[in-house]
Amino acid sequence: MSNHQLLAIMPILTLSLTACVLMIQASIKRDQDIALKISALGLILSVWAVYIASDYTQSATILLMVDNWSLFFTVLILLASLITLWLSSDSFASEGERKEEFYLLLVLSVLGAVVLIQSSHMVALLLGMELMGVALYAMIAFPERGLLPLEAAIKYLVPSACASAILLFGFALIYAATGELSYAGIGDKISLGLQQNPIVLVVGAAMVMAGLGFKLSVVPFHMWTPDVYEGAPTAITGYLATVSKGAVFIALTRLYMDGQLYQYESLTNALVVIAIASMLIGNWLALRQQNIKRLLAYSSIAHFGYLLVVLIAYAGALSASAINPLIGQSITFYLAAYIVTSLTAFAVVVNVAGEDQSKSELSAFEGLFWTRRIQACALTVAMLSLAGIPLTAGFIAKFYIINVSIESQLWLLLGTLVVGSAIAIYYYLRVVFAMTKVSLQTTTDGVRSGLCAEDIVALILLLSVLLLGTWPQPFINIAGNL
Amino acid sequence: MVMINLVLILLVGGLVAQFSERFGSNIPRRVALAVIFVDLLYLLAHLWTIEGLNQAQITVVDDPATWLMYFQTPWIPAFGINIELALDGISLLMVILTLVLGMVAVSSSWTDVNHRQGFFEANLLWTLAGVLGVFMALDMFLFFLFWEVMLIPMYLMIAIWGHENRSYASMKFFIFTQASGLLMLVSILVLAKLSQDASGVWTFSYFDLLGTEMTPQVAHWLMLGFFIAFVVKLPGFPFHTWLPDAHTQAPTAGSVILAGILLKTGAYGLIRFAVPLFPEASINFSGFAIALGVAGIIYGAVLAFAQTDFKRLIAYSSVSHMGFVLLGVYALNEFALQGAVMQMVAHGFSTAALFMIAGSLQERLHTRDMREMGGLWQQMPRMGAVAMFFVVASLGLPGLGNFVAEFLVLLGLFQIAPWTTALAALGLITGAIYSLILIQRSFQGEPKEKWSGMQTADFAGREMLTMAVMMLALVFLGIYPQPVLDTAQPALQSLIEMAQSAEILP
Repeated sequence: MSNHQLLAIMPILTLSLTACVLMIQASIKRDQDIALKISALGLILSVWAVYIASDYTQSATILLMVDNWSLFFTVLILLASLITLWLSSDSFASEGERKEEFYLLLVLSVLGAVVLIQSSHMVALLLGMELMGVALYAMIAFPERGLLPLEAAIKYLVPSACASAILLFGFALIYAATGELSYAGIGDKISLGLQQNPIVLVVGAAMVMAGLGFKLSVVPFHMWTPDVYEGAPTAITGYLATVSKGAVFIALTRLYMDGQLYQYESLTNALVVIAIASMLIGNWLALRQQNIKRLLAYSSIAHFGYLLVVLIAYAGALSASAINPLIGQSITFYLAAYIVTSLTAFAVVVNVAGEDQSKSELSAFEGLFWTRRIQACALTVAMLSLAGIPLTAGFIAKFYIINVSIESQLWLLLGTLVVGSAIAIYYYLRVVFAMTKVSLQTTTDGVRSGLCAEDIVALILLLSVLLLGTWPQPFINIAGNL
Repeated sequence: MVMINLVLILLVGGLVAQFSERFGSNIPRRVALAVIFVDLLYLLAHLWTIEGLNQAQITVVDDPATWLMYFQTPWIPAFGINIELALDGISLLMVILTLVLGMVAVSSSWTDVNHRQGFFEANLLWTLAGVLGVFMALDMFLFFLFWEVMLIPMYLMIAIWGHENRSYASMKFFIFTQASGLLMLVSILVLAKLSQDASGVWTFSYFDLLGTEMTPQVAHWLMLGFFIAFVVKLPGFPFHTWLPDAHTQAPTAGSVILAGILLKTGAYGLIRFAVPLFPEASINFSGFAIALGVAGIIYGAVLAFAQTDFKRLIAYSSVSHMGFVLLGVYALNEFALQGAVMQMVAHGFSTAALFMIAGSLQERLHTRDMREMGGLWQQMPRMGAVAMFFVVASLGLPGLGNFVAEFLVLLGLFQIAPWTTALAALGLITGAIYSLILIQRSFQGEPKEKWSGMQTADFAGREMLTMAVMMLALVFLGIYPQPVLDTAQPALQSLIEMAQSAEILP
């Protein structure tokens, strides 16, 4: 391994080092504050490491692909993790318990996510996904009181284990058909028509997609989502919804594009079915939810349905033998917008409801406009952005997806997207409406004035959602250069 | 820059109004009134500097240089999206209507809104800003943005300050307009894509998208996307069902803005976008659109007659009146189009006034049910007289603006479809029936015992002043409509020429 390759994987090295330092620190002096500072420092240093690595983009060994695209998402995920760190530190600090293991788990999980994003080989994919997942089970179950987190962790653990098993079986079948495990190798074999048995390959690829679909919680692999979202500590739910799902989607995109799986029409058709089902069922089931975390769970199902449209468009565009530059940009912009918007929503839920599960019911948000205006504005903007209303990041993201599907003439998917978005407005607006209610309990107590730390987080996220929506050009330039 | 400032003044004014609440709960509405007044003065002051306003210069639709005002600056160059605003005679009329009715709305919220006045006036100003944007934006992306964004403050106004069933009404309002807006967004994007395929560059500019080549079938579908979005907002039959709920549940100022201004954005969209962008498809479609218009006129009138709720009756009458606009636009000749524009202005005033009366009644009687009313003329002679005036205006009494509008529409339509015109003219008769029933049930008839103690409930100075402004406007429009016709004429002339050339082509 050359020096340049080492420099290219600097972010991964920095994160690993942070994890080691945290372990050593725990053996010397157990202190939550120090652990928090070390992990924050580690994450910030990793962002800096990405800056260094960006000069040495290359495929570092056969396992990892370090290019601008993966580095961009690495930064995004590191920033999202920093926000998660900030949000979870608040809720733990108030309990006065010793939680320093939590930070170790978080750093390990981020490390897994980064490996997943940069993976160019099935081994790296599995390694990253398991590292991210195992740390996540523990983080979900972390709160000591109550059965809900435990239930959530079990509900996440068991399907995930099944998904991993299916994924591995899929790898085996693909290996049997092509004799390759790296994405590029598979792609070469497929494009040259050298695969041994196309049926085995398609079945294997379908199993891999099913395994990844579990993590993305697209229909029909979505059953675990609402319970896990509800039961997990809210900051971790936010992490699960943004970092974990985002990283898995990037890995899926890589595998799908570099592995040239789009050449199999049956796989694309399966994706079409999954996308349509996710858009419709996700939005439909969200309609009657009373708990905002469950509502966001179903909404995330729909949003990943929208994202799958881009992958399908990629397959369609390629058969017309013209790769559309919009497709890469759409994934970049949509994921970035989704991550920022979701984090905003979860940040508000953390700030308003704390870790008290009963308070994430919609009724707990009644009158928020009159008691904590900044939080209410942030949640309103987040909801409007998820619904795709102009001036927010979500609108530009939806604009991209509609554009891409028009380009590839995916009228059925486009129609479903429009219907799904129309349904979705109802439940997003319900949240806004609840906040405008004048309820008697909230008018007197809990009115806060002045800025507190919680408001600053919400404000930063709120402004970034609006900035992406009102002045997207700089960001489009970045996305265009990846 | 003037046009940007018009919007910015209202946006910033909204913030000021919101924060001015800390100095007293009656400050925000004064601030709001002042902001709109300044905005209007600012516009009028600049109008004098424009040449060609009085020269009846023809506005060529696809040449921005011939418009009264034009402004362009890049926004998202990656997609060729600009901040592009322009003003011609029709938009000018609509902008002035918006600002005047905005002041009326503030006046009607003077005593009606009694909590969180700051935020209310802010939402009101932001809605107006969005509407101004809709009337001036000529970049399709920007237009769509204003189109959607103006809904949010309106939604909040209904959801927070609305009446008993506000949750349902505000939700329905938002979903109807938003869902139909998505269809329009798809149409806009397909249109931009077609133009990009032809020319190789992304553009959303109205002027570039005019005359984009496409097959008749594609044009038909794209036109439908626009048509549905605009007809939902208009509202035309059968997409009108959100309107009675939203109007009835909204606070008075909200109803005034909804009926007076927001409905006109739909009509404006038809005239500005749906017809010029797809002239052939629109001509082929005009028979169906006219049928919808006639259905709306009669159906709205029948339903209005059946209502017992004062506000609901006016709401359904709007459906009926806006049917005339649909007729006027799709008859596509000069008389009819002039009538449509006239109807937009006149209906804005008459309905806004009627909603204000409804609001005043509810504030005093705490009911909108006309079965509870009756004989109110005795307690409120001034209000009764004013109501009588606007009711006869709304039923189309000659000498008032609404008559001119409906007459012109029917005159224009008669040239192309005499029998349909006869059917549509039924609207004038049914209009008289439900309008007179309204006044009879509430202000005339046997006085109810329980209202006998209300001696001080009549209109006072502020309300009379507001009403007087609108009465004057209607009388002026009825007796001397020429200035309005002249202002709209150049823009309409170009539209008609466009339609005629499209008719010759196939």
